[in-house]
Amino acid sequence: MPIRLSMTVNGKPVNADVEPRTLLVDFIRDTLRLTGTHIGCDTAQCGACTIHMNGAAVKCCNMLAVQAQGTTILTIEGLAKEDGTMHPMQAAFRDHHGLQCGYCTPGMVMSAIDLLKRHPHPSEEQIRAELDGNLCRCTGYHNIVKAVQAAAKA
Amino acid sequence: MHAFNYHKASSVADASAKLATSDDSRLLAGGQTLIAAMKMRLSAPADVIDLGGIAELRGIKIEGASITIGAMTTHAAVASSKEVAKAIPALALLAGSIGDPMVRNMGTIGGSVANNDPAADYPAALVGLGATVVTSKRKIPADQFFTGMFETALESGEIITSVSFPVPKRAGYMKFRNPASRYAMVGVFVAESASGMRVAATGAGPSVFRIPEMEKALAKSFSADALKAIKVPSANLNTDIHASAEYRAHLVTVMAQRAVEQALKV
Repeated sequence: MPIRLSMTVNGKPVNADVEPRTLLVDFIRDTLRLTGTHIGCDTAQCGACTIHMNGAAVKCCNMLAVQAQGTTILTIEGLAKEDGTMHPMQAAFRDHHGLQCGYCTPGMVMSAIDLLKRHPHPSEEQIRAELDGNLCRCTGYHNIVKAVQAAAKA
Repeated sequence: MHAFNYHKASSVADASAKLATSDDSRLLAGGQTLIAAMKMRLSAPADVIDLGGIAELRGIKIEGASITIGAMTTHAAVASSKEVAKAIPALALLAGSIGDPMVRNMGTIGGSVANNDPAADYPAALVGLGATVVTSKRKIPADQFFTGMFETALESGEIITSVSFPVPKRAGYMKFRNPASRYAMVGVFVAESASGMRVAATGAGPSVFRIPEMEKALAKSFSADALKAIKVPSANLNTDIHASAEYRAHLVTVMAQRAVEQALKV
């Protein structure tokens, strides 16, 4: 039986009927058409699907859409301003070439923003440890760490 | 994932009532194991009862010489709790070492304990600290709770409501992570408390277990050196592509020593 789902996504109220087994990532990508949130491993390891739920980073491929009932969701599409000005973390990733193919980037950026909320002045070691749940197969992480360091100073 | 009926419980009593009406149901806590298992169709319950909306199951309370953690309290909440960090720093460190930040924002102590994954961290803390699992029906000492691989003393229809940890004099937890999955290949929790020494190993065997020989040695001298010569038998330990039983047995002694060193530091 479908469940009536209500939540706030990137500042806008969203109401939709979902099947209980619908994953939150599929709801975001297929129903809301917000395809910036990626599905990488689909097993909660790679972090490409990282979004914020009530301000905390979560992997939305490993949760049901119904678990997000009544919550406030922020995806990568909700970061930039209306006029297109990038969030400081997005700008730092661009400036420091913190990506190559870009597949992991939305998840990396969402995780990195959560990281800075908890550790406003992280050490390099802390950044590397806190990005444990985000895999990048291109960069070797060096420029991602540099981008997060730069965003911390921004 | 197979289709199922979704039920959102409003209280523990409501969850118990919903459990009683289904003969094929699973409780959904943070879902960090259950959802993954359902996606792979390893688990396909007819009814899923979501505990996520039950406020009474969340929170950390200091009560005299013990800390009680609600079953639906996330690993992140335990890891960042000033009360836990002050009373049992090893427990806060352990919670902060589970999975990754996103998993810790969803995963709960009740879910981890009820699942009893052989490589889970919390079972080592519960047995290592002599905790009590409080359920909708009774109180179960940790020593009697973890009965085997993915098996616990929980009866059908029984719901974990909280876990109560006595505050030890000192404690430490160290694990050797699988380099890829980051799960504990072996993790050892050591604690010195009013009731004596406790040493508990996770990841090594089918389920968490105590090591009486190490406990006796620590009672004589609480030092890493006291454990150096103690080897656990490899006969009943896990062997997989990541480590042989013999290697895990070796790691138990090494991690136990490091856990003692940590306990002496914090």
